[in-house]
This record gives sequence, structure tokens and C-alpha cells, in this order.
Amino acid sequence: MRAPDGPDVMAGEVLLSVANVSLSFGGVKAISGVSFDIRKGEIRAIIGPNGAGKTSMLNVINGFYQPQEGVITFKGKARAKMRPHDAADGGIARTFQNVALFRGMTALDNIMAGRTLKMHKNLFWQLLRHGPAMVEEVEHRHRVEEIIDFLKIQEIRRTPVARLPYGLQKRVELGRALAMEPDLLLLDEPMAGMNIEEKEDMSRFILDVNEHYGTTIALIEHDMGVVMDLSDRVVVLDHGIKIADGTPAEVMKNQAVIDAYLGVAH
Amino acid sequence: MDILYKAFIDPFMQMGAAPDLFVQTLWDGLVAGVLYSLIALGFVLIFKASGVFNFAQGIMVVFAALTLVGLHEKGVPAYLALAITIGIMFLLAVGVEKLMLRPLVNQPDIILFMATFGLTYFLIGFGELIFGGDPKVMIATQLGLPRGAIDFKFAGGFVSLQKIDIAATIIASIMVASLAIFFQKTRIGRALRAVADSHKAALSVGISLEQIWVIVWFAAGLVALATGIMWGARSEVSFALEIIALKALPVLILGGFTSIPGAIAGGVIIGVGEKIGEFYWGPLLGSGIETWLAYVIALVFLLFRPQGLFGEKIIERI
Ligand SMILES: Nc1ncnc2c1ncn2[C@@H]1O[C@H](COP(=O)(O)OP(=O)(O)OP(=O)(O)O)[C@@H](O)[C@H]1O
Ligand SMILES: [Mg+2]
Repeated sequence: MRAPDGPDVMAGEVLLSVANVSLSFGGVKAISGVSFDIRKGEIRAIIGPNGAGKTSMLNVINGFYQPQEGVITFKGKARAKMRPHDAADGGIARTFQNVALFRGMTALDNIMAGRTLKMHKNLFWQLLRHGPAMVEEVEHRHRVEEIIDFLKIQEIRRTPVARLPYGLQKRVELGRALAMEPDLLLLDEPMAGMNIEEKEDMSRFILDVNEHYGTTIALIEHDMGVVMDLSDRVVVLDHGIKIADGTPAEVMKNQAVIDAYLGVAH
Repeated sequence: MDILYKAFIDPFMQMGAAPDLFVQTLWDGLVAGVLYSLIALGFVLIFKASGVFNFAQGIMVVFAALTLVGLHEKGVPAYLALAITIGIMFLLAVGVEKLMLRPLVNQPDIILFMATFGLTYFLIGFGELIFGGDPKVMIATQLGLPRGAIDFKFAGGFVSLQKIDIAATIIASIMVASLAIFFQKTRIGRALRAVADSHKAALSVGISLEQIWVIVWFAAGLVALATGIMWGARSEVSFALEIIALKALPVLILGGFTSIPGAIAGGVIIGVGEKIGEFYWGPLLGSGIETWLAYVIALVFLLFRPQGLFGEKIIERI
């Protein structure tokens, strides 16, 4: 657990709250009446066994899925319905469990695509490609290069992402999300399928993003060691139901959590 | 033996014997090819952005040309009619997005494909209702397109270039080039490629699918209008023009459904190949060759390059 900024996060203001959210697909109940909140500046882990509804929860938060029940309040504004575009515009960025990159583009262009909503010049200027749009493009390139340096992927910026190894693809995907300069960053298993060294790098990046940019992070992760190291608070889902919520140390001791992970019937 | 001679020797002897005719045929092929490129580009843009094969692309050509000529017949000055037609193509794009694509989002591609059939019949009916079904003459001169021909001496003969063809080639090339640059180099272009690669990732960075769809359908509408003017000027404006869409299919087979350079190069190859084939091998193969030759050219090409001209794979939508 991260001791230093623990206390002030505990007292911190709520950035996003999820109240009584339920989501089902036909007969399958993916989420049943789940409530929790994410405070400004914290790293909030969402854990649970396979099929617990973790990814579905992220999909609800960034507007991919519309919950049948419940209210989501982001930056003080409650909403019943939000489209992915509104979520992105409001400052929510994300990565995907199975990397979703623009496979035909270079790493640089992928990250550049993260700037989409930051570019405001109109079509006409886009077409002419000089004047303000050009200045703007240069400015955005500058920010993107910063991210590339930060993630240490300078050598691969011109490489089409389809050709990159999985670990680097995940890094590029993080870069694309960071390019959005989000207030809330949703990471769906950013370390899945990585070796120990890659995991350590990724953990470092996540901590740095949180500390240096003050970005609030919701993190889905299966590796308990990583969860203990990175997160301030943990919410535990099982079969679409919230079974525990608290600091990493608290939830690890929780009997319901232990049972869920050991597969005890309930 | 005789047939082998006629198929493999005689055509080349003819080419050598009358280079002026050969150049003339090349030119005719190039002109047709550039127009094929243009229409194939309309398909590619829409396919890239939404995974939809737009069956209505051909009828959009007719509809645009008919609107332009019809407005002029009703007394609207040519350039104003052109501007209004461009506006109508924009409204069509907005309408398609709002009434067709948006309600059908997340439906299987085949449903969207069927919806473009519906759009086709709507445009036919609507066009006929307002402007009538009779063939019309394209207002080429009123729009300032040149008439007549330039002849020049070549290798002891004459090559004749219709001025309208020269204009068509130039305009189509400019359009193709600016669309290609627009979609390769600008933010909108990057967004379009993003949407083509992954819908969910595009959505997650705030790209608006709706906006992209309007833009590509509008671009396809402009392409249709340009094609309608050029093609209409060479024959007449009627629903028969719709068959030009069939010419785009072999271009797409050759160039790939998602490749802009593929559409450009494919169009020229098909156009030139078709005219050369018709002229030199037509007598051997008999009439009607123009209806299928383009497909044969595309298929022969694919024998040697199965991945298509530029090797871009057809992208599955997720
Ligand atoms: N689009 C969908 N259509 C139908 N069912 C779905 C859909 N998405 C998720 N589900 C179902 O909802 C439940 C929760 O799935 P979800 O992907 O949210 O779990 P998860 O906690 O992310 O699991 P994992 O650790 O395996 O990624 C599962 O039963 C899953 O089959
Ligand atoms: Mg998941």
C-alpha cells in the first residue's frame, strides 16, 4: 500500500460515484446493484474472479454500456445516460483488456489520435494544413513526444503497432489514453500477459502518472502483489455483486473475498 | 494455331503498326480509368468508415446529376444549381446518418447493406418524382466545361483528345488527390482510419462516429456529383448511368475495399486494360466484351497478387 498520500486521499473529494448500478445482457446479470466511489487523485483497484463484472463496470463508466438501473455521478454531475463521446469529452480515458489499437497506424499516430478532442480548429483549416491548424499540429506533436519520452518508446514511434510485441502495444495504448490528458483513467488489466520486468515498468508508469499528473486511476488487475503495491483502495466484485471495499490490507483479510477467490460456493 | 495467332501475336502487331491508334486507346482508357477511380473512391470511403458496402453509390451518381440538370431546367443558373446540388448531397449525407446508420448501429453488416438497397430505391423514386424519368442532357457548357477536340500528329497519324475528357481527367485527378491527402494527412483523416481499425477504440478517444459518417457520405456524394457531371457529359443523364457503379466493383476487387491508393491505381489499370482489350481483342472475343472484361482483368491480376494491389487486408469489424 502507498503510505505517503494515503491519508489525504482518504479525505479527498469524490470524482466519480456509482450508485446502485445494475446491468444485464438478456438473461445474464453482469452487475447487480453495485455502489462505490472513486476519489480525486487515488488509484482505485477493481478486482474479482473471472466474469465478476469488472470490465462491464468500466464499460458502464465510459458510456459503452447503458445500465438498466442506477446513477453515475462524475464531477458532481449525475447522469442516467452518457455516450462514449461525452465520457471522453468529460475527461475519461481508458485502455482495453484485449489491446484495442488502431492497427494500421504507427505508434505515433495512435497516440496522436488521443489528441482528437484537444484539436479544435475547423475542417477548412485542416484541409489547408497551414496557418493555425499547422501550428496546432506542431503543438500537439510536442505533447505527444513528451508522452513518448515518458513511456520510453522513442525507438518504436514510427512502427505500425500491429508489428509490436504485446507488452509494447499495451504501452502505446496507455500513451494514447494519456494523450487525452484525462482526469480519470480506466485501465483494464494493463499488465495481463506481461513478464515480471514489463509488469514492473508498467507499475512504475502508472504510479508516475498518478503522482506527477495527479490523474485519478481505476485499475482492474488480477495480480494481488500489484494491487497491494499500487492501489489506495480496492473494490471487490464477484458474480456482479460488490463483496468488499476498503484498503488493500482490509480486503485481503476479508473472509468473503478469500472465499470468492478460493471458489467457495455461496 | 490461327486462334493463338489472333490472341497472342496479331494484337501486338497491330499496336506496333499503328502507334497513334494505340496511344489513342491508352488515352481513352486513362479517361475512363480516372472516372472509375473516382467512383471506387466513393465506395472505399464509406466502406472504411462504416464497413458498409454502399449499393446506392451508383444511384447517387444519377441522383446528383439529375438534381443538377433538373434544377437548371427549372430556371436556376448553372453555378447556383451546382451549389444547391452540393448542398443537397450534404443533406443526403446527414439524412443517411440520422435515419439509416444511427438507428442501425451495431446491426450486422448485411443489414446495413440491405439498407443501402432501400436507399437506392428511395433515390430512384424521389429523383423521378421531382425531375421525371426522361434522359436529360448534362449542362456541361453552362458549367464552363470545354467542347471540341485537340488533334495532334503522332507517328504518322492523329491522336484526338476531347477537351471535355481532358477537363474530366484534370478535375477527377484533383479530386482524387485532395481526398487522398485529406484522408491521409488531416485529423479527420486520422479519425477515419481510426474508425476503420477499431470502433471501440475510436469511441474511447472521443471520435464521433456520427461526424465521420456524415463526412464520408458527403465526400461520397461529391464524388458522385463529379462523376455524374463527367460521365453525363459523355452520354446523357439517365438512370442507365447507374451501371457505372458496376465498373467500380472490379476496381475494388483489384485495389482492395479499404485502400485509397488501391482505388486510384485500380481504376486506371481497369480503365486502360478495358479499352485496350476491347480494341485489340474485341474482334476475337466478340461483342459484349465490355460487360465482363474488367472482371477478367481484375481476376487475372489477383492470380499474381492474391492480396490485391496494395496488400491491405480486408478489415473485420468488431
Ligand atoms: N457484451 C456482452 N454480451 C453478453 N454478455 C456479456 C457481455 N459483456 C459481458 N458479458 C457477461 O457479463 C459477465 C461479466 O463479464 P465481464 O467481462 O464484465 O467480467 P470481468 O470481471 O471483466 O471478467 P475477466 O476477469 O474475465 O475479464 C460475464 O458473465 C460475461 O459473460
Ligand atoms: Mg474483464
